[in-house]
Amino acid sequence: MITRILATVITETNIARRNQWVLIAVLLMVLFSLVLSAAGSAPTGALGADRLSVIVASLTSLSVYLVPLVALLMSFDAVAGEVERGTLPLLLTYPVARWEVLAGKLLAHTAILVIAIVAGYGAAAVIAIAADPASVSGLGALWRLTWSSVLLGATFLGIGYALSSLARRSSGAAGLAIGLWLALVVLYDLGLLAAVVADNGGTFTTRVFPSALLANPADAFRLFNLTASQSASVAAGIGSAAASIPLWQSLCSILLWPIASLGVAALAFRSVEP
Amino acid sequence: MTSTLTISRLTKTFGGVRALSDVSLRVNPGERVALLGHNGAGKSTLMKVILGLIAPDSGDISVCGGAPGKAQARDRVAYLPENAAFHSALTGLEQVTYYMRLRRENPAGAMDLLARVGLADAAKRRIGTYSKGMRQRVGLAQALIGHPSLLVLDEPTSGLDPVSRRDFYELLDTLAAEGAAILLSSHALTEVEARTDRLLILSGGKLVAEGSMPDLRRDADLPVAININAVNGYASDIMAALPNAIRHNGALHLTCAQDEKLDTLARISKLQGKVADIDVVPPSLEDIYSHFSRRDGQ
Repeated sequence: MITRILATVITETNIARRNQWVLIAVLLMVLFSLVLSAAGSAPTGALGADRLSVIVASLTSLSVYLVPLVALLMSFDAVAGEVERGTLPLLLTYPVARWEVLAGKLLAHTAILVIAIVAGYGAAAVIAIAADPASVSGLGALWRLTWSSVLLGATFLGIGYALSSLARRSSGAAGLAIGLWLALVVLYDLGLLAAVVADNGGTFTTRVFPSALLANPADAFRLFNLTASQSASVAAGIGSAAASIPLWQSLCSILLWPIASLGVAALAFRSVEP
Repeated sequence: MTSTLTISRLTKTFGGVRALSDVSLRVNPGERVALLGHNGAGKSTLMKVILGLIAPDSGDISVCGGAPGKAQARDRVAYLPENAAFHSALTGLEQVTYYMRLRRENPAGAMDLLARVGLADAAKRRIGTYSKGMRQRVGLAQALIGHPSLLVLDEPTSGLDPVSRRDFYELLDTLAAEGAAILLSSHALTEVEARTDRLLILSGGKLVAEGSMPDLRRDADLPVAININAVNGYASDIMAALPNAIRHNGALHLTCAQDEKLDTLARISKLQGKVADIDVVPPSLEDIYSHFSRRDGQ
C-alpha cells in the first residue's frame, strides 16, 4: 500500500515539476507575502503590536484567497485530465486502489503547497524579524497560520478532486473550480454581509451568521487565526464576529473540513466509470 | 487444464442497446486468441468487462480464478488499451518505472523492458515528443511487467510499422510459450491468421464464430473461384463444357462449392489443349470474416 501511494507521489511530483506548478506556487506566495510585508508595516506603531503579528493578520487575509486558488489550480485536472487523456482505464487495471491513487496525488500536491506556504510566510518572517527583533513574539501566530493554511489547502485540494471527478472534462472542472472559488471565498462573504446589514441585529446576525461563518472553510480559517492571535483589532471585515465565536468551534471546522472534502473526493472518484 | 479466462453467458446493455449479448468463451494458458469484429461490435466493451472496468449486467466471468477487477485478478492481468495514452510531461522511463512500482516490481528493470520494445534510446525523452508507434511501445512495455498470466491487448499493432509488428508477434510467441494466455483484438486479418491459435468473431455484441482459421474456412463453406484462360478460339468450347462459367475481359470465371472443387478441376483437366492457364482462388480471409460478421443481416 505504502509503495503504491509513494509511486503515485513520485510521479505526480515529477509532473508538477515539469508543469512548473512548484515554481508558480512558490513565486505567487513569496511575491504576495513580500508585498504585504512592505505594505503592512505602516500601522505597527499606532497599534502597539509587534511587526510580525501585524503581518500575520495581513497574511491571513491574503491566504484566504490565495491558498484555495493555488490548491484548486493544482487539483482540478487530477481526475478529469486522466479521463480526457485516456490514461485512467489503464491505471485502474493495475493492482492499486482508487483511494491510493488519490492519496498519492494529495500527498504530492500538499507537499508543493507546504513548500510554497513556508517559502512565502518564511520570507515575510525573515523581513519582519530583521527589521524589528521584537517580532519573534509573533512566531507562534505565524506557525498557527502555517499549519492552518496547509489544512485549508488540503480542503480545497479535496474539493478540486471531487469537482474533477464529477466534471470528467478538464475544461468543465476548471470552470467549476473557479466558480466554486468565487462563491466560497468572495461571494459568500458579500452575501453574509448584505444579510447582516439587512437584518440589522436580528436573529440572523445572532444565530445564523456565526454558523454560516463556521460552515465555510475559508471563513473558519480566517476566524480561527484572528481569534487565536487576538489580532482582530488590526483586521478589518469579519473581525468583530470573531469575538463572538469560541476558538474551539473554528478549530473544529478547519480540522473537519479537510476530512469531509477528501471523503467526498474519494466517493466522487469511486463513481467515475472509465 | 484450467482456463485462465472463462466467460459464460455474458450480457451488457448500455442505455437499452445490447453491447454484448450472451457471450461465452474461454482462453487457456499459452493460447493466443484473436478477437475480430468491426467497429462497435463490442470488442472493447468485452475487454473492459474482463478487466473489471465495467460491470456486466449478467453472466459469469472468471479471470485467473477470481472475479474480474479484484486484486487477485489485477495482479495477474496486463492490459494494453487501444491508442495507449500517457502523461506527456513524463519520460518513457518514468512512466514505466511508475507502473513497475504499482506492480511491486523492482523498477531497476524498467530500462531493460524499454530496450525489449526498442525504446532504449528514447527512454529519457518526454512521452509528449513520441510518435504514435513509440507510445504504443510504451504501452506494450507496461503490459510485459511482472510476467502476467493473461494479456488483454486492444488493437496492439495499430500504429506499428511492419518490422515492429513482426517483433511484437515474436514477443507474444515467447510469452505464450511461457504459459501466458493472450486475448488480442485486431483488424489486421492476415496478421492474426498466422500468429494466433484461435479466432473469435464478434458481431453486434454476439459471438458469431469461433475456431482456428481452417475450422472457420470449413464452416463458412464459401465458394471457390476458378479463373480459366482459354487457348485462342476455344473459349466457346470451354463454356459449353462448363455451363456455369461466365466470360469477363477475355477470361472465363466460374465458382463452385468447396466439395465440388475436385470434380470441377477434373472436368477442366479433360479440356487439356483448350485451356492455356488456370487459377484457383480460395475464399479470402476478408470473405470469411464478412461471411460471419454479416450473418445477422448487418
